Amino acid sequence: MSRSPLLKPSRKTTRLWILCASLLCLGSATFLVLNAFSSNIVFFMAPSQLRDHPPHPSRVVRLGGMVVAGSLHHHPNTPDTTFDVTDGQVAITVHYTGILPDLFREGQSVVAVGELQTDQSFKAQEVLAKHDETYMPKEVADALKRSGKWDPRFGPPPDAASWNRMTATSHDQHP
Amino acid sequence: MMELFGPEEGHYALALGCVLALFQGTLPFLGKCRSLRSLATLAVPLAISQCGALLLSFICLILAAVRDDFSVKNIAENSALNKPMLYKIAGVWGNHEGSILLWIVILSLCGAAVACSGHHKTGLTSLFRAYVLAILGLISGGFQLFCLLTSNPFTRLIPMPADGLGMNPLLQDPGLAFHPPILYAGYVGFAVPFAFAVAALISGNVNSLWGRWVRPWTVAAWALLTCGITLGSWWSYYVLGWGGYWFWDPVENASLIPWLSGTALLHSAIVTEKRNGLKIWTVFLAIASFSFSLSGTFLVRSGILNSVHAFANDPARGIFILSLLGLISGGALFLFAWRAPTLNNGPLFSPVSRENALVFNNILLCSLCAVVLTGTLYPPFMQLLFGRTLSVGKPFFDSTTIPLVLPLLFGMGIGTSLSWRHASLGRTFKRLRPAFFLTLITAIPLYWNFRNILAFSAACLALWVITSSITDVVMRLRAVHTLRHLPRGIWGACLAHIGVGVTILGICGMDTAQHAIVASHIGEHHQLEGNDWLLTSVRSLNGPNYQALQADILVSHQGKEVATLHPSLRTFITPHQSTSEVAIHSSIRGDLYAVFGGVQHTNPETYILRLHDNPLAPWIWIGGLIMALGGLLSLPYHRFRYSKQNNLQKTHRTAVSRDHTPCL
Repeated sequence: MSRSPLLKPSRKTTRLWILCASLLCLGSATFLVLNAFSSNIVFFMAPSQLRDHPPHPSRVVRLGGMVVAGSLHHHPNTPDTTFDVTDGQVAITVHYTGILPDLFREGQSVVAVGELQTDQSFKAQEVLAKHDETYMPKEVADALKRSGKWDPRFGPPPDAASWNRMTATSHDQHP
Repeated sequence: MMELFGPEEGHYALALGCVLALFQGTLPFLGKCRSLRSLATLAVPLAISQCGALLLSFICLILAAVRDDFSVKNIAENSALNKPMLYKIAGVWGNHEGSILLWIVILSLCGAAVACSGHHKTGLTSLFRAYVLAILGLISGGFQLFCLLTSNPFTRLIPMPADGLGMNPLLQDPGLAFHPPILYAGYVGFAVPFAFAVAALISGNVNSLWGRWVRPWTVAAWALLTCGITLGSWWSYYVLGWGGYWFWDPVENASLIPWLSGTALLHSAIVTEKRNGLKIWTVFLAIASFSFSLSGTFLVRSGILNSVHAFANDPARGIFILSLLGLISGGALFLFAWRAPTLNNGPLFSPVSRENALVFNNILLCSLCAVVLTGTLYPPFMQLLFGRTLSVGKPFFDSTTIPLVLPLLFGMGIGTSLSWRHASLGRTFKRLRPAFFLTLITAIPLYWNFRNILAFSAACLALWVITSSITDVVMRLRAVHTLRHLPRGIWGACLAHIGVGVTILGICGMDTAQHAIVASHIGEHHQLEGNDWLLTSVRSLNGPNYQALQADILVSHQGKEVATLHPSLRTFITPHQSTSEVAIHSSIRGDLYAVFGGVQHTNPETYILRLHDNPLAPWIWIGGLIMALGGLLSLPYHRFRYSKQNNLQKTHRTAVSRDHTPCL
């Protein structure tokens, strides 16, 4: 009985089959990865970046900065909270429904994951504060350095409340 | 007498262990070069004494923690007088320096186990074992140098503080006592297959006998890693209080990647053992798995991956670790590229056979591994190369891993029913028919419980895996008539596959989980998924080193009481920090999960609660434990009996004689 040469088990055809299967599998994996990268990547943005280049309204971004001291409000009898996040240039109001993490503090760094609303406020699905009290997320630290509000060579970052005052004066100078 | 085992003794024992490990790593090779066999045989006593020295060092560190010796910097920074005893001991490995020491101790235990393993019965030559021990010694020596030079747990602090800084409250949990040692044992366990692979590359001889030595070590490491990941997932579920079980955090992925490649290794080692095939591939996987384990443990700590979990980020350590990683993995890969072409190839596989099913399994598992690796490494590389800060999370991993897991599950059901060498398609379909109908019968009523078709099809495939594993064992039992004649490996594989099915069912159940965040007064009712949640009272409690506010929530279903949950909010004194303690009521149907979020000082006071209804949640961890149990069950003791070994060598000979075509 004659069989097609591709079905005959010889070393070459076996290798060919395995190669085909691997390529097919890796190819589909690559396709899946690229496809997911184009739609599922979450970019980190500082408040000033968010104001200058507002993302598409349905696009999820990570907003990072410091919580402005005195800006945290719990709405009585609801689990809703609002607070302001600043990078020293722009402050953005964040609305969050839920329980803030244990390490959430005013004047400390925070990362909020959510979407920018049409009224320029930010609706967070998730709020992250890091495990360590003295720890600042690297992305927040970088954003602060970029905005020129903090040079790590001159000690720890200043209090968020003082930046906000700096922000106010700089806004007056450049309307 | 007890003062003998102080920090200085521990420090000395660590240094001694380092020297012993370096001798263990060089003497066998020296013995080979100078043809002095006696030098090679020294590896066994050296491995055992190295293990003894490191155990002593570890005990000294624990004793220092128990005695509150705050002159040791590590203990002053991580412990406090008022910390409960359990956490004084467990806290030793809850920080960077201590966890590195634990890692090294486990590695030396593995080395001692290899040194003590009976080599006569298994046909393991003493020279080959000396090579294996030498490689383990080199790895161990490198990491002991790292420990001594950059992260010494015995560094003194002068002047000595009166009290320590205390431990991160999130880590003060009984789970911490077990999770890191088991996870580390899993990571480190892959060092042994790695050492076997490198030793085989050096000696240039891989055969089915080699597969038999490697497999038990791989299975043991895999089972421990499975157990460790399961415990870690459970820990984050009930400690972090986010109501989820997996966050696709870099640290979690770092444990998943070696698990995936280790699972592939586990299966390809079977082919090497039974059919003397896939040898080069198995050697490669052994190298890859340990390299991933190493990166999993240390890349995370080096500060390259920015993660919620990384509790010690220090760039100076990062460079040392990176060069060590490069030396170990790069050296092994170089050796592989150089020596692998000299390994002879195994027999041919026919298209429909168990061997080919295992090849299919390996391709899928490696693709999955590559996908998870890409998702984990993409953000740091983008940051490094283009300065863009971004992150990938659950949506990315969901849309990439699920399409690869589904065919894997489908294949799992078929693979175990195929016979080795040549399987007949017709007979395989006949064997699978009962499993197919059983799946159909159990799956149809489930349809209405799932919201989307993807979760439903995953659940069907999970049921398919479970039923086909069970029917497979039942059919084999009918063939051999008695329970005892069925090899333990088959029981182990069946259990492990059932475990996978159970875990997938749990994950599908969690896909339908519901939660509500409510602001509640005392006596207020809330409805969630047909259950009625009633906040009955809130009271304050005093713990050993914290104060707590505890809520009582009565959950009832159609007027019948189901459970009373007591979530609480703890405020610790040192360091000043608060944590919320989750309350969980578990049953086979799922979890009722409540988190106490905080208090609003209105009149009357308002309490923020988060209530979760998590169907089938415990199945995820039960499945993980079943997998690990299956692995432990299939640890092959009786395979080393002489009669079987003769059989195997016979098949080996026939396999070699059939194999006269030129190799790759």
